[in-house]
Amino acid sequence: MAVEEPRFLPRAGLQRLIDRLRNQFQQVLGPQVCDGAIVYGPLQRLQQLPIGQGDRQAPGSYRLEAAGGERCFAWANGPQALKPLLFTPEQPVWRSVRNADGQLEFLPMPAEPESLAVIGVRACDLAALALQDAHFLGDPADPWYVARREGLFLVAVHCTHPADTCFCASTGDGPTCCDGFDLALHELDEGFIIEAGSKEGATVLADLATLPVSREHWTAAQAQQAEAARTQRRHLRPAHELACLSDALMHSHWAEVGRRCLSCGNCTAVCPSCFCHRHEERPAIDGVHSAHVRSWDSCFTAAHSALHGRPVRADTAQRYRQWLIHKLCTWQDQYGRIGCVGCGRCISWCPVGIDLTAEAETVLGAAYV
Amino acid sequence: MSDAWLPQEAEVVECITETPDIRTLRLRFTDPERQRAYRFAPGQFNMLALHGIGEVPISIVSDVEDVHLFDHTIRAVGRVTRALARLECGARLGVRGPFGRGWPLEAAEGRDLVVLTGGLGCAPAVSVIRHVLRRRGSFGRLTIMQGVKHANDLLWREQYEAWAREPDTQVLLAADVATPDWPWHQGLVTELFDRIGGSLVGAVAMMCGPEPMMMAAGRKLLDYGLAASDIYLSMERNMHCGAGKCGHCQLGPHFVCRDGPVFSWAALAPCIGIQGY
Repeated sequence: MAVEEPRFLPRAGLQRLIDRLRNQFQQVLGPQVCDGAIVYGPLQRLQQLPIGQGDRQAPGSYRLEAAGGERCFAWANGPQALKPLLFTPEQPVWRSVRNADGQLEFLPMPAEPESLAVIGVRACDLAALALQDAHFLGDPADPWYVARREGLFLVAVHCTHPADTCFCASTGDGPTCCDGFDLALHELDEGFIIEAGSKEGATVLADLATLPVSREHWTAAQAQQAEAARTQRRHLRPAHELACLSDALMHSHWAEVGRRCLSCGNCTAVCPSCFCHRHEERPAIDGVHSAHVRSWDSCFTAAHSALHGRPVRADTAQRYRQWLIHKLCTWQDQYGRIGCVGCGRCISWCPVGIDLTAEAETVLGAAYV
Repeated sequence: MSDAWLPQEAEVVECITETPDIRTLRLRFTDPERQRAYRFAPGQFNMLALHGIGEVPISIVSDVEDVHLFDHTIRAVGRVTRALARLECGARLGVRGPFGRGWPLEAAEGRDLVVLTGGLGCAPAVSVIRHVLRRRGSFGRLTIMQGVKHANDLLWREQYEAWAREPDTQVLLAADVATPDWPWHQGLVTELFDRIGGSLVGAVAMMCGPEPMMMAAGRKLLDYGLAASDIYLSMERNMHCGAGKCGHCQLGPHFVCRDGPVFSWAALAPCIGIQGY
C-alpha cells in the first residue's frame, strides 16, 4: 500500500532505501566525493555518501571541508546537476552507411528506456530539470531525453547548507523542494523526514520501516529550511525587472565584463539549464560508416554563432551579453520564466569569479535605483 | 521517432552551374512514396546531410507545385557547402525537413507586393514570385528588386527579364559594380524605391539578403509608408538541428529555425541591426 503521509526514517534506514531502489532500478546514483568535489556516482552503500562532509564556495572557488557529524547532505551543490544524466554530453543522433553503389542508409539511434534513481537531488536541480523538460520535451521532443526522463526516479533532499554563491531563494526555486520529486527528505541529526511526491514514491515509502513524524522533527526541519533561505547573501531581481536587460544591449558594462571573461564556457557546462549542443559528423576511416553525434556546446565559442565562416558574436563581450540576456531575459519569452535557478554554479566554477548576479545588477542598476 | 531527427535519402537528379561558386541541385527522395508525400511552403528550408562530412540548412527554391523534384541553390562558401556544390547527378545525400515558417502569402493576398533581395537572397524568394505570378489576379502590383555586388553575380538574368514582361510587374535590378552590358542601375538596390510606379502605402514587402541591406531597405520602406507588420525578412543564423533545440540560431527571444526564418519587422525590430547580438 502506498504511503501518502510524511514519515520519519531513522538514519540507518537510509541503507534500506538504497537497497529498495537498487532492487527496482537498473542504476542508483548518489552524491560522493570524487577528485575533490561532490558528484553523482553509482551508489550501493550508505557509507559512500559524503558523510560529515561540507564545502566552501566563493566566486571562482570550490573547496571541500570537514563538517563533522553524521549528516550525509550537509553541503551545497557540486558541479553536476541532473543535466548530464538526461541531456548527455554526447548522443549519437544517427549513423549513415554508404554502399559500393553510393547508396546511403540512415540508421536511427534507438532511444532505449533506462531506469535510473538519483538520491540527493536539490530544489535547484528540480527547477532546472523542469526548464530542460520544457525545452527538450517540447515538439518535436528529443527522443533520447524522453527515454531517460521517463525512467527517472528522484529522491530529493531539501538543502540545508547553501553556499556563499547560492541565490535560489531569490529565484523562488529553493532551498526547499516543492514538487517534481518522487521522494523528498529533510535531513535531521537523528534521521530523515521522508515524504512521497508521486505514486511511485509512495510505493517505495511503504516498503521502508518508518515511524510517525514528531512535532520536534517538524519544528527542527522548518527551522533549518528558514535558516537556509535566510543565510543566502546573493540575489537576483524579480523576473519582470530582469526582462529589462534586453533594453540594455548597448550598455558599456558588457565590454567591462568582456575584459574579465575568458570565454572558456565553464559557466555553460556547469549550468543545469543550458541546452546548447552542436551536431558533428564522425566519419570512420573506412569511408563506409559515419556517425552524426550531438554534443554539448557553449555560446562562448566562436563556432557557436558562425555564419558564412565568421562568428556573428566575434568578441567575448558579445558572447557574455548573449548568455546573460538569454538566461535572465529572453528565456522568459521562450519558456515563461527566467532560465536561472539560483544554483550559483556559474559563479563558483568561473575561473575568474564572474558573478552573474553582480553583472546583472550593474547593468540594471541605473534603471532601478 | 519523429522524422525531424533522421535524414531521408535523396538523389541528385540534375545540377545547374549558376556561377563559378553557385550551383543548383535538383533533388528527389529515393523513396517514391516519400517524394509523393513531401510538401513545403515558400520560404522553408531543408537540412542537407552529406555522408561523412556534415549537415547544413539550405532554403528550398523550387516551385511548391513541382511534386517531382525540389531544388536547392547553394553557394560554395564553407566546408559542407563546398562539398555539396561538387555533387554530380546520381549522388546521394540525406534530407531532413522542411523546417521553419515561410512567407506570409495568404496575408499578402489582394495587396501590392515588393520582393526585395540581395545576392543569393534571391533564391528563397523565387518560389514567392512564382506563387504570385501563378495567381496573378489574387495580388496587386508586384515589384521585384534584386541587388548584387558585381553584375556577373546576377543569377537567372533571363528569368528576371521574363518576369519584367509579366502584367503589372516591375523588375528593378542594381549592381554595385556594373559591366558594359549591365542595362540596369549601378549602385545599391535600396536607391531604387523612387522608381517604383505608384505608392507603397498598404503594400507588403518580403526581403531576403545581407542584414545591412535588409536594415537599410526596411527603414526606407517604413518611410514610404509600409507598416512594420507588413515588412518581412528572412533571417540567417547558424543552425544545427532545425527544430529549435540546439540553440545556435537564437536571435533575441527567437529560434530562427523554428520561429522563422521569415519574421516581420515588427517582431525583429528590438534585436536586429545590433552588432554581435
